[in-house]
Amino acid sequence: MTTLDSSKEIKKNESEGSEHHQDFRMFGLITFLIADGMTFAGFFAAYLTYKAVNPLPDGAIYELELPIPTLNTILLLVSSATFHKAGKALLKDKNSETQKWLLVTALLGITFLICQLFEYFNLPFGLTDNLFASTFYALTGFHGLHVTLGTLMILIISWQTRPKEGRITNQNMFPLEAVELYWHFVDGIWVILFLILYLL
Amino acid sequence: MTISIDSDDSNTKSLQPKGWIRYFSFSLDHKVIGIQYLVCGFLFYLIGGSLASAIRIELASPMSDFMPRDVYNQVLTLHGTIMIFLWIVPVVNGAFGNYLIPFYVGARDMAFPRLNAVAFWLIPPSGLMLVASYFVEGAAQAGWTAYPPLSITTPQSGQIIWIMSVLLLGGSSIFGGINFIATIIKLRRPGLKLMQLPMYCWAMLGTSLLVVLSTPVLAGTLILLSFDIVAHTGFFNPVLGGNVVVYQHLFWFYSHPAVYIMVLPAFGLVSEILPVHSRKPLFGYTTMVFSIMGIVVLGLVVWAHHMFTSGTPPWMRLFFTIATAFIAVPTGIKFFNWVATLWGGKISINSAMLFSCGFIINFVFGGITGVALAQVPFDIHVHDTYFVVAHFHYIVYGGTVFIIFSSIYHWFPKVTGKLMSEKLGILHFAITFIGFNLCFAPQHWLGLNGMPRRVAEYDPQFQFVNQISSVGALLMAISTIPFLVNIFLSIRNGKDSGDNPWNALTPEWLTSSPPPVENWEGEAPLVEEPYGYGKPISQEN
Repeated sequence: MTTLDSSKEIKKNESEGSEHHQDFRMFGLITFLIADGMTFAGFFAAYLTYKAVNPLPDGAIYELELPIPTLNTILLLVSSATFHKAGKALLKDKNSETQKWLLVTALLGITFLICQLFEYFNLPFGLTDNLFASTFYALTGFHGLHVTLGTLMILIISWQTRPKEGRITNQNMFPLEAVELYWHFVDGIWVILFLILYLL
Repeated sequence: MTISIDSDDSNTKSLQPKGWIRYFSFSLDHKVIGIQYLVCGFLFYLIGGSLASAIRIELASPMSDFMPRDVYNQVLTLHGTIMIFLWIVPVVNGAFGNYLIPFYVGARDMAFPRLNAVAFWLIPPSGLMLVASYFVEGAAQAGWTAYPPLSITTPQSGQIIWIMSVLLLGGSSIFGGINFIATIIKLRRPGLKLMQLPMYCWAMLGTSLLVVLSTPVLAGTLILLSFDIVAHTGFFNPVLGGNVVVYQHLFWFYSHPAVYIMVLPAFGLVSEILPVHSRKPLFGYTTMVFSIMGIVVLGLVVWAHHMFTSGTPPWMRLFFTIATAFIAVPTGIKFFNWVATLWGGKISINSAMLFSCGFIINFVFGGITGVALAQVPFDIHVHDTYFVVAHFHYIVYGGTVFIIFSSIYHWFPKVTGKLMSEKLGILHFAITFIGFNLCFAPQHWLGLNGMPRRVAEYDPQFQFVNQISSVGALLMAISTIPFLVNIFLSIRNGKDSGDNPWNALTPEWLTSSPPPVENWEGEAPLVEEPYGYGKPISQEN
């Protein structure tokens, strides 16, 4: 992963000045993502408990159609790969290529959100219909919020990687790496969510 | 690549305001932020304390005559929430953590100074919001636990403001936790080993792990609760097919670790104070470290002992009783280590030491009632009675607040360069200790005899004991006066303390008092033995 490369570089430069310390923003971000993951863990635990102990009223629909979420899973997994491509390109100092891959990633994110909205509008239940419906919307909605934030951040960093004036360069990769880690995290959560909510 | 932001930091730091005005600014200096946390927390302590006095005045008579019943519930809710989220958690973590941790790891500041300032500045607005929610039509009255269906069926505007405020405070706490973990693990001075860190670092590392792992779960739970209130979903509403016990599980998954978030830093602080004032090394450093980490691990798997009357299945009762009983082991190890640290030491009887000893006495008492409460048959008998109120006040007040005062007496010379008056300090301790025990010890008896908590009215047979308790509360309120007088007099014309009035060896004393902006004029000292007291000087060199 690109993270490792830049942290190596930091160590190399650390000896140069005693006033500067190592970059541990990535460490902080990982700690934050663990905390964020615990929020999802709480939601999943609630969902699984409800499933185990709270019977739904008669006639409640809790079978979900699989095509759209499967497509969404593929979209997010591909977007993780395209983001990785963007990082690789930046390592080779090809800013315009990075920007291209980032835009592809953002586009995949937006497509994911559109698909999700399409699914929402075609579901046979609403937010307050029953416990399953409420938990479904809370979980996917909270994840969707993460995707929305991620997509916005990808658009911002793709603007910042523009050749020449851009802030993010080969020498300053942290913003890209941070958003990349966040994006992989959101993808990972989706895979768990897909397994638990749709397949289980 | 050295990070450009860091050099930014040192530039902005020299541009920061000097003098008293910096305490009202977005300062990045960890020492300023620490004091901001402390003073802000203390102001909320005064508010929460006035509410506690109001509660005890009401309870001096069996009828609800001083406050109407719903006002009593609102005052009770506000008292609990303020004391936990705005006084104890921010002060014992944020205030002392920010002030001391960078010294202890040999750094010039926290790992993320800006995040640190953001974490503090989230507190005043959310605190004001919380206090303001009292004046809204329909203030929150479901207690600090906000159990549904109570929190769903009582008036809702206040409850929603309460949720928003607690979410912000939780966010502040998480940012603080991330910062402490990064500072302790990553920012250590080269050459300083983990097992050479002062004990408070270990306590804060454990606490911050708990904050990062459990606070987000509370945030998620409160979001679901707000959906129930605003959008009428049925997560926790049995009428709509929901499950109130799920709320309790999620809530206590945070709120039991929250007990350790409140008390583990106090364990750390007392482990700093006792060796200094008894001139002996901290007894059993390694066992202290492992018992802190043991408490962290066990603290995450005991939450359901708060729910033995919530229809918990037998296997769950068994598991959580045993796990809770296990927590007594590391806690007991720490208790014996403190006593062994004092044993045979050259003890100075000063305010810091007295409050620390008060802590040990109160805490062991609260710990014993805690083990008793973990036993299912006993718990079912006293659940939701004054026995529980007495138990947790022995932990959070008799434990943590005593240590907060002890720490203020211990580190006041560090922060101001002035000594506090010992006479007033000992008076403060005497009134606090007597008042506290007079207030809360009788409540054990009340609880055992069946007086329920959180109710404005009670059976007239309990009146006499309740009045004793109220007198104790009055003494606790009075005890604040010598403390405040002491602070103001000492700041104005206290005796000069010199850099190291206690001849302490921990790193924060190895610089001037008050310390310069970046903590040390030169290189940070390498302290390999923070507790190397009572050794011949030749050996120290």
